[in-house]
Amino acid sequence: MSRPPDIYLDNAATTRVSREVSQVVLDCMEKEYGNTASAHHLGISAERRVKEARARLLAAIGDPEGSLGDLVWTSGGTESDALGVMGSARARARRGHHMIFSAIEHPAVRQSIARLCRGGWQASEIPVDKSGVVSLDALERMVGEETQVVALMLVNNEIGTIQPVAEAARRVRAIRQDIHIHCDAVQALGKIPVDVGELGADTVAFSAHKFHGPKGSGALWHRHGCQLDAMWGGGGQQDGLRSGTLNVPGIAGLGEAARIAVAEREQHTARWTGFGHMLLAAAKSTGCELRVNGDGAPRAPHVLSLAFRGIPAEPLLHTLESRGVLVSAGSACSERDRKPSPVLQAIDLGPDWGTVRMSFGRETTAADIEQAAAVLTDAVRSLR
Amino acid sequence: MQSAASDKRGVVVLRLGEIFLKGKNRRKFSGALVTNARRLLGALEDVTVEPRHLRVLVRHPARLERQVLERLGHLFGLHSMAPATLTTRDVEAIAEAAIAEARDFASGTTFKIESNRRDKSFPLTSTELSRQVGGRVQQATGLPVDVHTPARVIRVELTEESGFVFSRLVPGPGGLPIGTAGHVGLLLSGGIDSPVAGWSAMRRGCTLSAIYFHSFPFTGDRTKEKVLDLARKLAVWHGPLKLHVVHFTEVQKALRAAGPAELAVVLYRRMMMRAASRIAAAEGGKALVTGENLGQVASQTLDNLAVIEEAAGLPVLRPLVTFDKSEIIERAEKIGTYELSIQPYDDCCSLFVPRHPATRARLIDVQRAEAGVDVGAMADELAARAEAIRV
Repeated sequence: MSRPPDIYLDNAATTRVSREVSQVVLDCMEKEYGNTASAHHLGISAERRVKEARARLLAAIGDPEGSLGDLVWTSGGTESDALGVMGSARARARRGHHMIFSAIEHPAVRQSIARLCRGGWQASEIPVDKSGVVSLDALERMVGEETQVVALMLVNNEIGTIQPVAEAARRVRAIRQDIHIHCDAVQALGKIPVDVGELGADTVAFSAHKFHGPKGSGALWHRHGCQLDAMWGGGGQQDGLRSGTLNVPGIAGLGEAARIAVAEREQHTARWTGFGHMLLAAAKSTGCELRVNGDGAPRAPHVLSLAFRGIPAEPLLHTLESRGVLVSAGSACSERDRKPSPVLQAIDLGPDWGTVRMSFGRETTAADIEQAAAVLTDAVRSLR
Repeated sequence: MQSAASDKRGVVVLRLGEIFLKGKNRRKFSGALVTNARRLLGALEDVTVEPRHLRVLVRHPARLERQVLERLGHLFGLHSMAPATLTTRDVEAIAEAAIAEARDFASGTTFKIESNRRDKSFPLTSTELSRQVGGRVQQATGLPVDVHTPARVIRVELTEESGFVFSRLVPGPGGLPIGTAGHVGLLLSGGIDSPVAGWSAMRRGCTLSAIYFHSFPFTGDRTKEKVLDLARKLAVWHGPLKLHVVHFTEVQKALRAAGPAELAVVLYRRMMMRAASRIAAAEGGKALVTGENLGQVASQTLDNLAVIEEAAGLPVLRPLVTFDKSEIIERAEKIGTYELSIQPYDDCCSLFVPRHPATRARLIDVQRAEAGVDVGAMADELAARAEAIRV
């Protein structure tokens, strides 16, 4: 069966690597392939690549001189979150065993916390309102003497809502100065302004493949002076925080991708906002009862999550796919397990709502969206 | 000994199962078993399969023993297998081999020798041979003999040409060699039951074609991939097989519109029987095999099974009909399909499954619902447009 060319609206899942980025990655694989720890010229040029990537990412997140903090290179968002959450908790285990996280955290954070809880930690979950934003009052009430870590994401991966991380950090610190605040900013970089100084978090997680960089490459920014326990031991690379030979191609690719993402951000966000409006108008034209997930809250422009009443998500996804439009579903369509995801449940979405998430990238064009809007309209009508 | 360790040869004696019972058909059964063993071992270098009277010998480079045993674990018709030492018919050589076996036993392990002469012209009786070899083993290793309740048994088999000595018996999967019972069509879904049903039919000697009903976009192509993976698992036992993917969506929609919602499941199943019968019959199939079970879900009642079977053009075999779910799962784990089956890609979209399916469908109601559509033409069309994939 022949497929129509793909209109890729799943950029919150992953993105295509930019040509500029893959060139950098390739150079580091084929030409400057040295180990950064080597004393010879190949080692030095590899190290230079890493320094360059560090400067680029730090500049992209508002700490160009590294005066506030430093980076540890990781294998991606999951490892960055794990190091931020588990690494800080373990470093503070003598002081207390309580942590706080939001109801819409990514599994990388949730499951890291779940592991700590199996080892005796207590955790409190901050509820969100119907639009998917955490309650800061609830957060304040949860902070206690035992509290060591607060985890709050910046942009939610499923519905795109922006969490008031900076305000949360201020309020937490007003109660207790020495609490570690971790922020998962994986969906934020290149989509909304990210300034680690303003965020007020101690650790901030990033992942290259969400902004047209390579998979398997991420970073954790950590504030100077914050304590982290390494997840494993080894050769002592990266100040012992993450032993292992540096993934120079991945790191260089991340740096280049971050530079482009931030340089082009304003240009793309204007387009993406328009794309969201077009698709929403198309969805409304079907007459089907619908909800914009996260409606009423500030949202990142690259994600549009729509819930249709009475339309199961997976058939909608596959119908769109059969016409070339690739999206994600927010729930499973099965007799036994027809439940919305935890995030959708947290915003009170019932099982008779089918959610699809459409997310845009650097390469998404207006023509793609026009086509996708027509396909979406047809698909929703055919499934009613 | 001059030869390097890597050149050492090993022997596995295959002990056949029910094939013994098959009288004049024995040649056919053991022929199929040898063919199947050669297929399973074909990828291994320098391994030979030699039929002998009532036994099959597999000779292999010693370093491949683990792989040979693992592959033979998929050989239906095999009762058990014994990694053995091949010797001459000389009592001294046999005793040396028995001593080597006994050296692997823990100290203090009781043992006995059990001998079996196929060649009755051998100068010693079985009992005499056992006694002589046992004496030598006891002398060499100090292990105690216990002829009544030994912890280990060292077996000696004598044929016209050679002797075998072994003490390890590895169970085989039993059943009958594939290819000796005819061809069937297996209704394969992404669930736990149908792969096990297919495996059970293979174990009774059937070859099979798998038939999968795909309802895109109500089930995604991930489910099709999953069914392909399951078919590949079955192919490990079966050898290459064909998976027919039947594109079912349009017919399913028409059937849902044709009758009352509570009959929908029965109408779909009847159509699956019709289409699968056509596909299987075209490949020489003599029956259909399903994973259906009595009472596992509310709609699997005797009434419904009867109404569903009525639409089939071939006999419907249900190897799991009386199994408990836990027994099916246990078998699926053994076969290696369970891990795949529980992957969360559902092949039964809730859109098509009524909230309250009929538990006692009546043929007359079903036929009334089908009267409005041309079920025969639909089944022909489904069979004709099925996509055949070799796995």
